[in-house]
Amino acid sequence: MSENRVAGDGPAIEARGLVKVYGETRALDGIDLTVRRGQVFGFLGPNGAGKTTTIRILATLARPDGGTARVLGFDVVSGRNAIRARVAVTGQFAALDDDLTGYENLIVFGRLRGLSRTASRQRADELLAAFDLAGAGGRPVGGYSGGMRRRLDIGASLIVTPDLLFLDEPTTGMDPRSRSRVWELVRQITAAGSTVLLTTQYLEEADQLAGQIVVIDHGRIVAEGTSAQLKAQAGSATLHVRLLDGQQRSRAQAVLAGTLQGPVQVGADPLALSVPLATPADPADVGGLVGHAMTRLSDARVAVAEVALRQPSLHEAFLALTGHPAGPAATDSGDANP
Amino acid sequence: MTTPTATTSPAVPEAHRLDNLLSPSGPPRRAGALAASATFGWRAILKIKHEPKQLTDVIAIPVLITVVFTYIFGGAISGSPGNYLKFLLPGTLSMSIALVTMYGGARLAQDVTTGVFDRFRSLSIWRGAFVLGGLLSDAGRYLFASGIVVILGLIMGYRPDGGAPGVLAAVALVAAFGLSLSWLWAAVALLVRDPAVVISIANVVLMPLSFASNVFVQPRTMPGWLQAFINVNPVSHLADAARDLMNNTGSAGGPVAWSLIATAAITLVFAPLTLHLYSKQG
Repeated sequence: MSENRVAGDGPAIEARGLVKVYGETRALDGIDLTVRRGQVFGFLGPNGAGKTTTIRILATLARPDGGTARVLGFDVVSGRNAIRARVAVTGQFAALDDDLTGYENLIVFGRLRGLSRTASRQRADELLAAFDLAGAGGRPVGGYSGGMRRRLDIGASLIVTPDLLFLDEPTTGMDPRSRSRVWELVRQITAAGSTVLLTTQYLEEADQLAGQIVVIDHGRIVAEGTSAQLKAQAGSATLHVRLLDGQQRSRAQAVLAGTLQGPVQVGADPLALSVPLATPADPADVGGLVGHAMTRLSDARVAVAEVALRQPSLHEAFLALTGHPAGPAATDSGDANP
Repeated sequence: MTTPTATTSPAVPEAHRLDNLLSPSGPPRRAGALAASATFGWRAILKIKHEPKQLTDVIAIPVLITVVFTYIFGGAISGSPGNYLKFLLPGTLSMSIALVTMYGGARLAQDVTTGVFDRFRSLSIWRGAFVLGGLLSDAGRYLFASGIVVILGLIMGYRPDGGAPGVLAAVALVAAFGLSLSWLWAAVALLVRDPAVVISIANVVLMPLSFASNVFVQPRTMPGWLQAFINVNPVSHLADAARDLMNNTGSAGGPVAWSLIATAAITLVFAPLTLHLYSKQG
């Protein structure tokens, strides 16, 4: 894939100390970001955390009150026309025209992206076909389902392949099938060489798509890393064991307590036990630790049905990092839009 | 507009189809200022095509004002509706267009409240294109509304002494004044970002301008302070100008000049303000 479509090999986004104040609220309170080209960068946080405000600044729709940001090498204030020509914005705040048909929406955006009439029509037909909207292209967008609307939304942002695509909560309110469909699209877009900055409230979405994740809360970045790194920050792995025979549980409990340092937890399921593993100095030791425990269970004639070693979920990681759960229920304050 | 041909072939895996569509971008293209403005004008026409009720204002206001006021005041003021029309019709033309202008501002505010406005703003296009496209469609609406007033007048028995040239000149003058108000309401819309508030503000401004004018009666019998207001009210000058042009009184020069000055003054203040508000990064 072409990694260096854009002149210059600098990062797609480089922001230092971004501040945005709306009245009394510091919507952004010193955001630093570095987004490499060609990856999906996940921006994770609850409603009102500052995700949309950050995108608005990076897409040149809002001016930062403090700090600087360069997008594709251009300053967000002085180079906004150069940025606008190279990025595309989709999402909650950058919507489509409900009164127009899907086809007409694509043509309007094609013309505004500098395509000729003929080229806009051809592009609109191609995009409708590729996004399974050919049959709905003649209907007003107001009557589309959430999934259809979002597919058209993404399609409209691909009229001219952008170097950087901002996807603001692309799957909020979608059913799981439409959601995985959009995920597939996002993967294909980055495979073709574009960079995607994705905001989401859904931990699973960041987990599935994003190579690098930033967790934002109250206008500040509270954690940054890969999905695995964030989970590791949240705590150690847990060993889950299921037995064939519930009669053996107390014996298994004694064996595991003797082998592993962590407290053995027995749940409502009479066959199940779990042990949070103390984080060893070397992650490679985890396998040895678990293997040793399994050998001891076998020695004690305990019949094991299932063994699983689970990392904390991103959900648990988020809770540990911010002190409150992520997701739509976390807070009812809307993202700070002007 | 042709509808796209439905050619979804399930046999082709979607991944392949999308890959073909994603191409390394060449040097970014930029839509020309005229092409972008025309696209926004075309968008406004499409919206009317899909939602014809958007024309309600440009039909209802001219019809109501022209018909109702002709028959309410006509007999009392001039002895018969027929005589009154000569005085009233150019005035209702001015007043109808002035009132219709507020809905353009309301539609702009509507666009701002839905996300489509930010989407347009995120594109690399001339910053005036969005507003100018709206004004293009506004101009079409004003000509449409003017046509309704003139045709109604002709049906009710009005015969303009100025003939077609006089009528067309009056319509052009009134539409130009309407466009200056379009800039004003566009600025208000970008400031308040709420269609209902735009309508409220516009009503507060336009109602006194329309009624405290010489549209319905000559102000000779009114108290001095009201006459003073009426004499500086641009709608009065516009109505005078339209009367002189349509009735060919030969004294159109002064009122026409005043109307053009008012049109230019409002435009010069609010066009730059609107463009500034549009491109301001919030």
